[in-house]
Amino acid sequence: MRSYAQLALAGFRRYSTYRQAMFAGLAANVMFGLLRTSVLLAVVGAAPKEGYDVPSAVAYVWLGQGILAFVVLWGDTTLAQRVRSGDVVVDLYRPWHLQAALLAEDVGRAGYSVLVRFLPPVAIGGLLFPFRGAGPGTWALFALSAVLGLLVSFGIRFLLNTTAFWLLDNRGVLGLYAVASTLLCGLALPIPFFPGWARDLLWATPFPALVQGPIDVYLEHGPQWTVLLHQACWAAVLLTAGHFVLRRAVRKVVVQGG
Amino acid sequence: MIEVRDLRREFTVTTKTGRFRRSRRTVRAVDAVSFDVAAGEAVGYVGRNGAGKSTTIKILTGILVPTSGRVRVSGVDPARSRRELARRIGVVFGQRSQLWWDLPLRDSFDLLRAIYRVPAEDHRRRLAECVELLELADFLDTPVRQLSLGQRMRGEVTAALLHGPELLVLDEPTIGLDLESKERLREFLADLNARRGTTLLLTTHDLDDIERLCPRLLVIDRGAVLADGPLEELRERVAPDRVLVVDLERPAGPLDDLPGVRSVRSELGGLRLHLTFRRAETTAAALIAAVAARADVHDLVLEEPDIDDVVRRLYARR
Repeated sequence: MRSYAQLALAGFRRYSTYRQAMFAGLAANVMFGLLRTSVLLAVVGAAPKEGYDVPSAVAYVWLGQGILAFVVLWGDTTLAQRVRSGDVVVDLYRPWHLQAALLAEDVGRAGYSVLVRFLPPVAIGGLLFPFRGAGPGTWALFALSAVLGLLVSFGIRFLLNTTAFWLLDNRGVLGLYAVASTLLCGLALPIPFFPGWARDLLWATPFPALVQGPIDVYLEHGPQWTVLLHQACWAAVLLTAGHFVLRRAVRKVVVQGG
Repeated sequence: MIEVRDLRREFTVTTKTGRFRRSRRTVRAVDAVSFDVAAGEAVGYVGRNGAGKSTTIKILTGILVPTSGRVRVSGVDPARSRRELARRIGVVFGQRSQLWWDLPLRDSFDLLRAIYRVPAEDHRRRLAECVELLELADFLDTPVRQLSLGQRMRGEVTAALLHGPELLVLDEPTIGLDLESKERLREFLADLNARRGTTLLLTTHDLDDIERLCPRLLVIDRGAVLADGPLEELRERVAPDRVLVVDLERPAGPLDDLPGVRSVRSELGGLRLHLTFRRAETTAAALIAAVAARADVHDLVLEEPDIDDVVRRLYARR
């Protein structure tokens, strides 16, 4: 356990070495936040829609801006690249559970992104616009939901990356995911704005667990426990699947390169 | 330490044969390989590109599952007990890095200590030893991405040794290093083997590595073991001819009737003679004495087949 804690710490430090990248990312993030706020306020400004009045819409936008880096919404390719180049041999002969080790590193990364990618945009949104507040209990549940969202996100990204063991070049898969996740997780448009059948369909997938779920918990739209249960179930399913897929990959698949 | 019996590994290769048609064929990367390595040995594992070296190494470290055959490393089946084995052996892949790219070298060592659960005292002692012998002190706090290749390799070897492995597997550890860095690394490894008794298994294309480090040579080609034994013995078997080159003050005939001389090549109008002989039949000293008795010797050189010749001849015999 201690070794995984150390890995989480290393994940935190690795990302904290790239300061300029952080500032660039933050600037883009805030720009998009402003843009999305103005669009959404144009929709709900006159009359509340599907439970979204102006303060809720502001909270929705800026919590979303904060959380999207936390859950790496567009996916990452680190493991896939290591599979492609064959560097994954190094990861495979260590005395660790590779999936758990990568998760630990990702938790560290996410911890860093709370400081630099979550808190600043939420603070900016809160200062510039009427931001719907919440009590400490709700914030705590929101934090729990965000962490579950991170587990779901890691579960998905890990599975997507392991496809590289079979496909080698899985950039297509990852590209498709980047588009799908943005549309389906509730970032582009709040899921309550979708038609009823689409809403039900989406909540049958893990995507809402990434962004809409934590926001629903914060805004107390619907019972919070159903959201948390949805996230926890998907996290368990995806992480278990990842464990078995990796095991199969290791037994069946060729490690590239000499 | 290592026991390999009748090891085979096949890969399926798919090639495009038409717009939609593909043909599959099975390639044997390793074909009925058997060998043993005893504790404390230093073995050079040599072969051409694609001979099956890296495949064998991946099987020995548990990363690849063999198609058939029996493998025991440090008493366990590598593919089944990969994690257990990883605690007992160290691996250095010359072309891959096991260090954390973005972090200072020291942080990688700390992480490895946590991953391998090395007691603090052991870690401190081993690290101090490596820092001293491999001269790491100057760049311990430099991020790995900023290290030179030579520095990084020294870091890699340290990383593989911090958990005190009984076997160290090195896959082309000196690749890309300059002569001085190579020599320093070889010295360190030779010392490790001699003093600490760490078993070494080393693949390389640089045969000087073998000459300096490994009393035993294992040659593999097209997936099968071609030769296995001490370098001297292989040399004797495959390339037994030695050549004495003598420069004479004045021509003194072909000298092909000297005892033990198998053939003579004459150059410079008889002023330089290449006398071929074999260790089993005469010694260099006896031959030099015999030449000196017949002619005035100005200069002489003794040519031994080097390890490259030995390996080349082994390949040529197939």
